[in-house]
Amino acid sequence: MTAAALTAAQVEAAPMLEARDVSRTFRVSTGLLKPKRTLQAVEGVSLLVRPGEVVGLVGESGCGKTTLARMLLGLLPPTDGEIRVVGRPTAALPRRTIAQLVQPVFQDPYSSLNPRKSIGAIITLPLRVQGGSDSATWRAQVEEMMERVGLARSLYDNYPSQLSGGQRQRVAIARALINRPRLVICDEPTSALDVSVQSQILNLLQELRRDLGLTYLLISHNLAVVEHMATRVAVMYLGRIVEEADTDALFRAPKHPYTQALLASVLTPEPGLGVPDTQLGAAYPNPLDVPPGCRFHPRCAHVMDICRTVAPKPVASGEGFVECHLYGTP
Amino acid sequence: MSERILTVDNLRVDLPVPAGTLHAVQGVSFHVDRGETVCIVGESGCGKTLTALAVMDLLPARARRTAQRLELAGRDMLSIGERAMADIRGARAAMIFQEPMTSLNPAYTIGNQLEEALLRHSRVSRRQARARAVYLLERVGITAAASRFKQYPHQLSGGLRQRVMIAMALMCGPSLILADEPTTALDVTIQAQILHLLAELQREFATGLVLITHDLGVVARIATRVVVMYAGEVVETGTAAAIFSRPAHPYTRGLIACIPVPGRTRRGAALGTIPGMVPSLVGKSIGCHFASRCDYAIDACRSADVTLEAARDAGHLVRCIRHAELPALAPTRVAEAAP
Ligand SMILES: Nc1ncnc2c1ncn2[C@@H]1O[C@H](COP(=O)(O)OP(=O)(O)OP(=O)(O)O)[C@@H](O)[C@H]1O
Ligand SMILES: Nc1ncnc2c1ncn2[C@@H]1O[C@H](COP(=O)(O)OP(=O)(O)OP(=O)(O)O)[C@@H](O)[C@H]1O
Ligand code: SF4
Ligand SMILES: [Mg+2]
Ligand SMILES: [Mg+2]
Repeated sequence: MTAAALTAAQVEAAPMLEARDVSRTFRVSTGLLKPKRTLQAVEGVSLLVRPGEVVGLVGESGCGKTTLARMLLGLLPPTDGEIRVVGRPTAALPRRTIAQLVQPVFQDPYSSLNPRKSIGAIITLPLRVQGGSDSATWRAQVEEMMERVGLARSLYDNYPSQLSGGQRQRVAIARALINRPRLVICDEPTSALDVSVQSQILNLLQELRRDLGLTYLLISHNLAVVEHMATRVAVMYLGRIVEEADTDALFRAPKHPYTQALLASVLTPEPGLGVPDTQLGAAYPNPLDVPPGCRFHPRCAHVMDICRTVAPKPVASGEGFVECHLYGTP
Repeated sequence: MSERILTVDNLRVDLPVPAGTLHAVQGVSFHVDRGETVCIVGESGCGKTLTALAVMDLLPARARRTAQRLELAGRDMLSIGERAMADIRGARAAMIFQEPMTSLNPAYTIGNQLEEALLRHSRVSRRQARARAVYLLERVGITAAASRFKQYPHQLSGGLRQRVMIAMALMCGPSLILADEPTTALDVTIQAQILHLLAELQREFATGLVLITHDLGVVARIATRVVVMYAGEVVETGTAAAIFSRPAHPYTRGLIACIPVPGRTRRGAALGTIPGMVPSLVGKSIGCHFASRCDYAIDACRSADVTLEAARDAGHLVRCIRHAELPALAPTRVAEAAP
């Protein structure tokens, strides 16, 4: 199969992106003279992203969000399971074809841009790599995209160090969109930014989605941001998706005790409410030492005997599912 | 009468930079009483950290600090000697830094560092110091505290280290704690756990707490009073209730409109924005610092410096010449981001 082998009709009909029972482990050393150990970063995750959706992926630091994103982008092979882009297993697709359809925007606008390249060169690079269009049109395409994301054309010859954090994130978005991908994976796109800049970037992402018909996978640990942007939310804990639901359903009636604790931790700016007690234990999750049974059980306020030994299976719930013994049929 | 623990009056911090003098803190005033939580909030670079460092006399050597008054626990900090200052730090006032590794020494065990924090400042035996350390570790939610004693900082997770830092800050029973973004790097669940704990301990020990953050949610939930900073100045201060229900400064209003709030902002609708950038703090400026980004700016805003004036509520101060007419005004410039 060649790079341009997928027809428009094929792309249209299939789910944008699909993870089927995907796992990823890393071999890590835990200290001098100690044997290497296996770190389970992602374990048996299935996720479907349909055209036009904004799927939010939330979970705490180290739970595997970025690892999953890198596998979905074809940047990291899964140790198990399969990733499909527009219905095709990525293992069988050339990198270029994947890149044409799926593009990333990463968290840190400071380190994700090459400091020695001009803004223009950075945004042009994907056109150069893809090589699909006449190079005489590149400059015009890039300037048009710069305008689209709210960057003055006059910044074309500037360098990243001369830009503010918000401007750099706009450069990263322009670079991701220049080849007109269908799906953008945004990994903490506003975490490094001030709230006044965050709102500009979120507004821009919404606008681009409307105007260009984009689909997003939005990774964030900020639940207020996810609630604002996502149509559906997947909650990850220690390498697994433990709950998935429509945004409304998830925020109205969170099912998994971890999701409940996450929502309780959202500090809305309402004076007088104080900081809630999340009821979470202090046993911080360690992916080198995943607890047996339900991986959340050491911190769970509702833990039962079965939770300590038997891993819960996903149970369908509305449009999504939850993985917790409180909801299983015994 | 509540006991005043910190008075900061007209604090200035200047830094020499290649382009001239950077006026990082320009006449900041606030106070903290025992048992109060004062939150300092504002955009990156507005001078929050330097304000805290100035109070603790921990500024970089090149920085120049001046103030009308700077009193901590009844002592005049402007005339105090280096030795006496070192005594106050730790014993009467403690600082919690954003990155715990800046104040935890990687070469010593947690237990050793906790004990030393107390032994340095008071005549207690090592046994007594240890007992207090174990007690505080348990209070900050570290289970099996005695076994954590022999561990080194790098063997703990970020959340645990931050808890150790809080325990360390409490070792000498300080009257004031300055916490600079103590939870920003942590997960939301751990952030909530730590703030919950900090508020509880602070109530229990009637400590004065200065919490620096840029998270308005945190501010609303735990502040007794709020100090909003913009470009080196206090632009508004008042109770949390006043600041959030009747924000008087266009910057504060803009900031509150920027954040999505589940259940309040409509999903997918455009959020408020504050277009433009913070002005340079190098050299002399005139007029309202916020004028270049303000939707209500008029010529008068740019022609003379703006002073803090009383707003509607008691103790509510605002630095804006138009604050009284603001609620009835239409913006002089329509926000650029509106679709
Ligand atoms: N290349 C790697 N080698 C070894 N371990 C890795 C590697 N990449 C990730 N990990 C580990 O895998 C786990 C998941 O990491 P990942 O970056 O996916 O988490 P995350 O959910 O994105 O966290 P964060 O919110 O902090 O970005 C972590 O424990 C991490 O240390
Ligand atoms: N050592 C230094 N030398 C020169 N300039 C400095 C130094 N430290 C801080 N500044 C400048 O002083 C200003 C205030 O800095 P400060 O660290 O107090 O900001 P902040 O409000 O704490 O910001 P943040 O939210 O990013 O932590 C900034 O413009 C900063 O660039
Ligand atoms: S003084 Fe003028 S420019 Fe400054 S905040 Fe008030 S209205 Fe805006
Ligand atoms: Mg990540
Ligand atoms: Mg700071």
